[in-house]
Order: sequence, then C-alpha cells, then structure tokens
Amino acid sequence: MSELEDRIHTVEGENHLHLAESEDHLHSGEAENRINVIDDRVRPAVDIVSLYPRDMNIYGDTGNVLVVAKRLWLYGYQPVVHYVNQGDAWPEHVDIILGGGGQDSGQKKIQDDLMARAPQLRQMADEGVPMLVICGLYQLFGNFFRTIDGDEIPGIGIFDAETLGKTARLIGNLVASSDYGTLVGYENHSGQTFLHGQTKALGRVTSGEGNNAEDETEGAQKNNVIGTYMHGSVLPKNPKLADFLVMKAVEHRYGSFTNLADSSMQAELEKLDECARQASQVAQHRPR
Amino acid sequence: MAQQSMSAFTSSVADDDAQRARVQAHTHSWKKPFTPAIGKCVYGLAHVRGGGSAFPGEVVEKLDPGFLARTLSNLPLGTVVVSGTNGKTTSTRMVVSLLESLGLKVFTNPTGSNFVRGVISSLLPQISLSGKLDADIAVLELDEAYSVKFVQQVQPRYTLLLNVMRDQLDRFGEIDTTARLLAHAAHATSGTLILNREDPLIAGLAKQARPGTHISYYGLGSDNLRKLFPNDAQLHSSTLHAIEQLTGSAMPIDHKAEQSREEEWKRASSLPADVLLTGVETGFATLHMDGLEKRTSMRVSGVYNMFNAAGALAVARAVVADASKSADLENVSPTQRQRLEKASHITTEQLIDAVSTVTPAFGRGETVMVNNVPVELVLVKNPGGFRLALRSFPAQGTSTMIAINDEYADGRDMSWLWDVDFASLASTGVSEVTGVRAWDMTTRLAYDGVNVQQTQTNLHEALMAFLQREPEKPKRIYCTYTAMLALRQELSQIATIENVGVRA
Repeated sequence: MSELEDRIHTVEGENHLHLAESEDHLHSGEAENRINVIDDRVRPAVDIVSLYPRDMNIYGDTGNVLVVAKRLWLYGYQPVVHYVNQGDAWPEHVDIILGGGGQDSGQKKIQDDLMARAPQLRQMADEGVPMLVICGLYQLFGNFFRTIDGDEIPGIGIFDAETLGKTARLIGNLVASSDYGTLVGYENHSGQTFLHGQTKALGRVTSGEGNNAEDETEGAQKNNVIGTYMHGSVLPKNPKLADFLVMKAVEHRYGSFTNLADSSMQAELEKLDECARQASQVAQHRPR
Repeated sequence: MAQQSMSAFTSSVADDDAQRARVQAHTHSWKKPFTPAIGKCVYGLAHVRGGGSAFPGEVVEKLDPGFLARTLSNLPLGTVVVSGTNGKTTSTRMVVSLLESLGLKVFTNPTGSNFVRGVISSLLPQISLSGKLDADIAVLELDEAYSVKFVQQVQPRYTLLLNVMRDQLDRFGEIDTTARLLAHAAHATSGTLILNREDPLIAGLAKQARPGTHISYYGLGSDNLRKLFPNDAQLHSSTLHAIEQLTGSAMPIDHKAEQSREEEWKRASSLPADVLLTGVETGFATLHMDGLEKRTSMRVSGVYNMFNAAGALAVARAVVADASKSADLENVSPTQRQRLEKASHITTEQLIDAVSTVTPAFGRGETVMVNNVPVELVLVKNPGGFRLALRSFPAQGTSTMIAINDEYADGRDMSWLWDVDFASLASTGVSEVTGVRAWDMTTRLAYDGVNVQQTQTNLHEALMAFLQREPEKPKRIYCTYTAMLALRQELSQIATIENVGVRA
C-alpha cells in the first residue's frame, strides 16, 4: 500500500504536469519516448498476461488486451503485457490474465501446457487474481469438455462446470443482464456449458443462447475469474466489466484501487464510455 | 469448436474425378437435348415472376446434372477458375479484360453468383437452343467452398489461386481447411495451375497438381515489395500497435516463426515465376514477363490489386500459348478459329499493355468523381482485407470515411474490427464514421487513438457531411458490402457512376 501512496504523491506533485503533457503527445508519434520517461518514475506498474495469444486468439479477442491496457493507462497505471504461449516462463508479477477463444486445433495445442499450469492458475484464482477467459478457454476452465464423439478433454476445474459438444452451433448476437449492466457480445460455439455448485452465472440471457440452449445462463464467475461466450470483443462495449477486472488487478498488486487519472485522462475515459454506450444500445437491438 | 458443416467438403481430392464421372453419367441421354429449352423457359418465367437469380439454375441442376459440364466442355479454351480469400472479383475482372483484349469471346459469371447454380443461371440466357454457348472461354469466380462443388462437375483447364486468409471463421473454420478446399480445384485442373508463390499455403498446392498439368507461378520481384504484402500468418501474429505504444514493449519476436518466414521467402523467391510484379507507384505498376520488364499505367488502385494483375497476366499468358492448338479443334467455327489464331499472335508487350485498360470492379478501388474531386470506394470484408487495404492506400492527403454495416451479407459479428490495426489512420484522423455499427467502429478507433470528427449512423447524412467537409480534398470510403451498395446508390444521385459490375 505504501508503495502506491508514494507513487500517488509523486503523481499529484511535480510530475503531474508532465503526465498531462504526455497525454497531449499520446497520438503525435513521438509519444513513445516521453511515455517511458514518465512511466518509469510515476506510473505504478500492473502486469497483464495475455495467455496463449498464438493459438487461442480468434474473433478479435486481442481487443480485450487493448482495452485493459488502455484503461489501466488512463487510470494512471503503467500496463505491462506478457505474452505467454506454451512452454513460456511465467512472469514474476501477474495481476490479471486474459485468454481468448480458439478452434479445435488451438485447444489441442494448448491442452498439455494448460494442465501443467493448472495448480498455479487455481491458486491464483483463489487469491483473487482477476481473469477473463473467452469461449474455448472458458470451456477448458471448467471440469471437462465431452466432445460429440464422446472423447473427454479434462479442464482445470476453476469453474464447477461441464461442457458437452453438440451438433448445432450457437451463433449470433448475445445480450445478457448482469451485475455489470447489460452485457452485449457475439457467440459462436458448438460446445454447451452447464454450471454447478458454487459457480454462478455471469449473467441472464435476454437475447441469444449463452452457455447452452436449455437454461438462460451466460458465462460464469468464481471469485474474480470471469468466463464468457461473448466475443465482440467483449470488453470494449462492456466497460463496467472491463473496469471490474482493471480494479481487481490493481487491488491485487497494491491492495486497493485509486483513480490516478488527471482531467484529460478522465475526459478520454468518458469519451470511450460514451462510444461504448452508443455501440451497446445498437448491439442490443440487432437481429440474431 | 467442431466445424461440423465442413464434412461435406473434406472429401479427398482424388474422389472428385469419380464424382465428375457420376454427375455426367447421371443424366438420361433422352433428356439432354431439351435442357436448354426447359432451362431458358424457367429462366424467362423466373424473371417475369421476379424470382431469385439462382432458381433457374436449381431447376436445371436437378433435371440435368451434366448440363454445366457439357456446356462448358464445348468451349475451345475451356474454363478458368479464379479462387482465394481476397481479390477474387478484381482478379476475375482482370482476366476477363485481358482475354477480351486478345479478341477472345469470354463468358463470365456476375459478381455474387459464384456458386454452381448461380453459374448455370447466368449461362441460360447466353446459350442457343441447341445448347451451344457462344464463347471461346469461360472465366468463373468461385468462392473457396463452392469451388469444391464446381470441380466435382466441371474440370477447369486453368485455375488461378490467389491467397488464403482468415475470412470470417464461421464460414470455413480454420485456415488450413480453406487451403484444403482449394486443393480440390488445384487437383482437378487439366491444363495450367497458376499459383501465387508468395503465399506458402497456395504455393504448396503445386503438389496437388496431376501429372502433366503445367504449374505457372506469379510473384513479387523483391524483398522490399514482399514487405508490402504480408501473408495471413504475418497479419495475424502481429500485435496491435496501440498495445505496443501503451506498454512500451512489442510482442516478443517469435524467432522460430521469424526464421521459418525467412525460409519461406527464400523458398518463394527460388520458385521460377512466369510473371513478376517488380515495382509499384501511384497509378503505375512494373511487370516482368518472358524477359520483358515494362512499366504500365494502372486504373485499378491499391498495391494488392496490382499484384492480382500479375496473376491475371499469368493466366492470359497460358491461354495465349494454347490458343493456336485450340484453333485446330474440330468443333471450332470459322469465326472462332479466326479469333483464336489472332489471340495466339499477341506479343508479351501487348499483353502487359493491356493491363492498363482494366477498370476496377464494383467497389474495389472504384473512383467516382464528385464536383471534380475523386471519391474512392474500398470494399472491406474481413480483417486481412481491411489490413491490406490500409497498407495499400496511404492516408495522407485524403479524407477518410468508414461505413460499417452488420447485415447478413456483411457478417453480423463485429469482432473482426478488433483484428485490424487502425494506427496508420492516427496521424490524419477519420472524417466520418457511419453505418449501422458506426459506434462499434468509433469505439474501435478511439482505442487506437484515432480521432473521429463525426459519427452518424445514417449513411445519407454522413455522406453529405463527408463530401462537404474539406470539399477540395480527395476522399476515400472504406465500406462493408451492403454499405457499399447503399453508398453507390447515394453517389449515383449526385455523380455519374459507370456500371462497372462484372456483367452485373
């Protein structure tokens, strides 16, 4: 906590001006050098793991990494991204984990590596590290995936959930109500997920299918780990969900979240949220 | 997960020959003479009724499954199939245009009917009652998946394969699956298989060719040019510039991938290409073919389209080589023989020059003059295409509008916008964002630090505001399919638009 307070003090003190200046230069092309000069001194670092970007990263799920990094930046923190593929070393600090969807072949390629990392991931989930896993990786965060041929792919059991392969694909716009407001996204999956026990749903489907074609649940949440079938990407149009993850990441690192944004950063956050609100309004009323 | 729907297309390429034989044997011989009359009749009725354009094709396909193969096999130069993820329409148009400049009579399918029934429907009004198609050669644009169905009925003499890129994944599943789909057309080709040597998945299809089929590669003349044409793996593996800028660190270089890419490049440049693109400038391309290097003006813009011209030239080159042989065929009429003889005498220089006469296809780098200011329409359908377009057209000196719809033909899923890097627009900003999903696009741009002057979901209002802002400045509109149709309609109210559809 004291580390963060020190840094906040610095931000509010003499360096504040420089920070605002660096914002003005963000888009001018020469921004990179400036940002680094400021960052090293004042911005508290937050470490993001982009999990399996090579094989589990379809339908624009990279957008979630960009949204978390940008929002951390605008809240006054220094995002650090670690791209972790199979066999890569785990970074020293991990404050948030983001993983995307993948095809059959992608799931197969990461299978062994994911099982090897399972104890560590489960422990981090228990410690409150926020995670966001989409579609294919969400399925593998459950207990198992039983394919249509009856093969059982083991999951890492963070969610008490099972996924069953079905013939029909669930494809289309998806809307769900949740603690993070109305969530909008796009689903595209043939595995159907059923939740059990302590794992609660992320939201209740108001349009589309979500976890499965039977109950009206969408996604899952346990501690600060969120699983969802929403592509879109999901975070840009659902900034409340993005901020939940961002704040939990800062809390994990520094004990509590403090908004370090100056007025220009705050204005940019508000602009992003207004765009997202308009985009969400449209998305909620589009055909399946 | 599983792409169940793909099972129909994952049959072995070797099964296609048997399938073709079955299709052709299936029609009872007594029916055959009547097919053209019945088909034309249904075609006429369907048009009176205002029915769908594929309907007559559907009837004929059921009645006489061998009709398509029989009709096309009578053409002295056979059939050219054009397929790949990006650039099919432009390349098809280029091939047609080059072959017509040789004096040949060409049959082609209109854009949007790139499936078997659509091809049959477009054949019907052009055949005589005896079933003869008055043409020397057919050039058909085929969707990757439909190309499989097509070659199970018709054996192409020439096949031009452009590239394999991640399209909308819900269509074909994985990129390797897309390459497997194209393997069918490669294997079926009887004469010349024309391949882009710069795309490893396409170049690799050479081993699918049957013995005796000639392989003709086209390619890029230098590593500098190659940097302008990233393949799918490069497009997909690159991180977003905005993430790099925020975090101050790039996605670590995957040395293994980098090395294999360099090896790929080396391998590519060692394949002997018949046609090379050796230089690109605004409005000009330099092409190299059979010992002659020539700079030619281009009416088609965008470096990617210039590369497609190299592929189209390779097709025309193969056809010229075969033309005099075909003139000696028995069923060739005297006028046809004259045309074929003439085509066989075309020089390399004349062929390259003919590239300059090709006009852009519908919405593919098409330019409309509004109050003496050029307004360019660039169709974007998938992340690969959008990334290529942004690389092809420099933003400086031009004001930009982006129109994103999410109708069925555009794709309902907006996720793809997050696979495109818009950082190249950051220095100029975007004048206007429009379409049903204008706010999705605006959100996307905001996260890439691209300033947007106005977001307006109404296409008409947006277009008017766009044209009035900085009226003297050349303009460019990136648009999805249905947005393009609507914008062309709007533009036709205030400017003259040529009907540039491929026989649309």
